[in-house]
Amino acid sequence: MVDRIFDLYDELEKQRIMLSFKGDLSPDLISALLSLVERKMNASEPDNRVRKRVFNVVMECLQNLYHHNSRTIGEAGDSKRTDDPQGVVMIAHEDAGYSVLTGNYMAKAEVSELKQHLDHVNGCEPQQLRELYKNKLGDGKFTKSGGGGLGIIDIARKSGQKLEYGFVPLDNDNTFFSLNVNVTS
Amino acid sequence: MTNILLDGSPKTPTVHFDGATGQLELRGRSIPENSIEFYKPLIDWVDHYARSPKANTRLRVQLEYFNTSSSKCILDLFKKLETVRSRGGDVIVEWHYEADDEDMLEAGEDYQAIINLPFKMIQIEEVDGK
Repeated sequence: MVDRIFDLYDELEKQRIMLSFKGDLSPDLISALLSLVERKMNASEPDNRVRKRVFNVVMECLQNLYHHNSRTIGEAGDSKRTDDPQGVVMIAHEDAGYSVLTGNYMAKAEVSELKQHLDHVNGCEPQQLRELYKNKLGDGKFTKSGGGGLGIIDIARKSGQKLEYGFVPLDNDNTFFSLNVNVTS
Repeated sequence: MTNILLDGSPKTPTVHFDGATGQLELRGRSIPENSIEFYKPLIDWVDHYARSPKANTRLRVQLEYFNTSSSKCILDLFKKLETVRSRGGDVIVEWHYEADDEDMLEAGEDYQAIINLPFKMIQIEEVDGK
């Protein structure tokens, strides 16, 4: 493993990753990550609007990881099993702006609904996204996490670009979901 | 009725709801994982206040960030204030946004479009107490 450290470091460097985290996500850890993102963005980005958009996207992505997570690591009774949601989050700073990359396991049963939602959002122009957001906001429905399906729409509005996503099936019940959100600076 | 006075935290806003003056304020950040839990007492408070409101009620909203999980709860707060208005009370929502934060201005306009309350958009330099 020790000889892999350089490779990992080198890969992160090449991808211009300014922050990367993989592991359990508790509300406290989300707070710590957000505070770190804020500090790094203050240092690297002069435009307040871009800083806020990146912060917003990271915040919504982390909360998606937190709320829509299937805990596949270890079976019940396994000492390695954890009840905290797991995920990976990376922020890359490229010439054109920032990329917020997240990944987590989710229930396979929820994949088709999420994919449909992402495709719908990706098919919308900015003004349509705003209308979609307003309609969902005003529809009086709450989801378990409280957002009522607004998260992805908000992420797309803040990004202003198409959302890149992928699904990698793991087993009968779980799929790995990857999301890449670009924010232009 | 008892006032609500909550200090802000990295994920929750400063809250000051004063039933004697009709002055309500939300300020800072609203990005908790469980917004419903945080907002329920606030919504209940406004529900109670709406039974015998002051002639003039003002809600000042001065948020730097809020998550989508909070957005429906904030909408519910506004809906309770619609009740105050329908009972003859004068209600105004003062929506603050930082000068270069057009996303926050848009968010205020989105609420304005779906809520039957007068909104006043107020541009500020910076959210207090960041």
